[in-house]
Order: sequence, then structure tokens, then C-alpha cells
Amino acid sequence: MVASRDEVFSKIQEVLTDALGVDDDEVVASATLQDDLGAESIDFLDIVFRLEKEFSIKIPKGELFPDDILSNPDNVDGDKMTPEGLAQLKAAMPHADFAEFEKDPLVAEMPKLFTVNTIVNYVENKLSATA
Amino acid sequence: MRWIWIDTFVAFESGVSASAVKNVTLAEEYLYDHFPGYPVMPPSLMIEGMAQTAGILVGESRGFKENVILAKVRRAEFDEYAFPGNQLRYDATVDSLDDRAAVTSGTVSKGGKTIGRVDLIFSHVNQANKPIDLPDHNFVFTDQFMRLLSDFRGEADHG
Repeated sequence: MVASRDEVFSKIQEVLTDALGVDDDEVVASATLQDDLGAESIDFLDIVFRLEKEFSIKIPKGELFPDDILSNPDNVDGDKMTPEGLAQLKAAMPHADFAEFEKDPLVAEMPKLFTVNTIVNYVENKLSATA
Repeated sequence: MRWIWIDTFVAFESGVSASAVKNVTLAEEYLYDHFPGYPVMPPSLMIEGMAQTAGILVGESRGFKENVILAKVRRAEFDEYAFPGNQLRYDATVDSLDDRAAVTSGTVSKGGKTIGRVDLIFSHVNQANKPIDLPDHNFVFTDQFMRLLSDFRGEADHG
């Protein structure tokens, strides 16, 4: 049986409180991992390992948190993502909400795509694909 | 002072688990400052002991090709102090290992009793992904660490 969204959220809340040393009530759906919950680069890897264990799933490198799109110079123009870069990012992250970001796709704003909700969506997609 | 916080391995299964012991002695200078009149081994040095045990376990499993860098202390809990005269045992297990990183979990025990739990994440740093300010050679697995492992002759010899 596929876990409900509430069950997935509750497990992810536990993963994030353990990985980031934050309180339950800080881990709300809209919280961003970096700005709101204080995640650093190694924490993203820690979160991936914990999610793999908690949900018995395999998360290939770059699938949950794509990190190679910005390293292609064609995808960035000054402080903004190019239309091609943005399209690639959207294709790589169907689990993220781009509504705000795509209005003005500043590279510096990219961490705001990584919210608790982004992880919940990713895990839900993953679990329903393997169910 | 040599930055080596385990005395010898007592068990080693490549890529799976490793156990090392550390004898706490009054000859160690830090004990005179931590604390004056009440010498106890700082838990941070027990974390280092576990990092050396688990780090060598991780490094050996990939043929010491990469520098294995302690990237995150996932958990560090200690229930009791360690005093001069105590022998600590670090038991480390590899939970996950890939190109990017390794996750280990472990216990610290004293006289057969578990007194701490230390879970760690190590990053693999090789020539391809090395930050420019790090040296080219393997700066983690120096001779003193390699000797520690080459001297390991199995549990029976250390009985």
C-alpha cells in the first residue's frame, strides 16, 4: 500500500529534525532547507542517505537536488539562469514549485526551490513509481 | 603530540567493520588541562578516535585512493567519562559507501559497557574534485595511520 501524503510528510519531518537538529514545528511544508532550516552542503547528502534508508528507495546523484545544471556556462547569464537553463532545471525537478522562481530566475534564489514540500513531492513520486 | 587517537586495531573486516582500542594514560598532556585536578578525556577526542577507526575502515575499502574527510558528525552521545587507566573500544560499521561519501555508525565502550554512540559522514576527496587549496598527495592517510593498519595481525594476537 502506498503511504499517504501525511505519512510521508511525517517521516520526512523526522528525517529533517534528525539531520538538521531543528524542531518539529520548524519543519513546515513551505520551509526552505537552506535559509529556514540552516542546511549546509553536506546536509543535503545526509538527507539523501536518510531518505534512502527511511523509505527503502535509491536516490541517484543529482536527482533530488540537481547540482550540475549551474556548472554549464550556457545555463547561466550573469546572475540569472538562461531560458535553456531554466527549462533544464524544470525538467530535472518536476517535484519543485517554480511559480515564484521563474518570474525572475536569479541564481542566488535557487535554494528557495529546495523546500520541505519539494522533498515530499519527490518521495511521493518515487514511491508511486515503485508501487 | 602525535595526532593519533587509537592505539591498535583488534578487528578489521574490509568494507564492513573495524574495532580499535585506545588506552587513556596520564602521560597525555591534555589531561592536565581537562580538567586541572580532574583528568577526563574530552568527548571531542573520542569522536576523533571513532573518526580514525571509521575513516581507516572507509579508506581501506577503496584502496586508500582518496582522502577520506570527516564531513559531518551525525550523532555523538556520551553517557560516561573516560579516565586515565580506562581502555576505550571503538566499534565502527559502514552503513553506506559510494563515490561521494560514506556513512558509518559506531559505539564507544569501556570495560565492555557501551558509553557512547558516534555516527559519522565522510566525504571522498580525490584529484578530480579536490579544492585547489588542498595538497596533491594523500594528506589523510599518512605513514603513521598506514603503519597502524599494517601492524594489525588479527584479534588472536592482541587477545
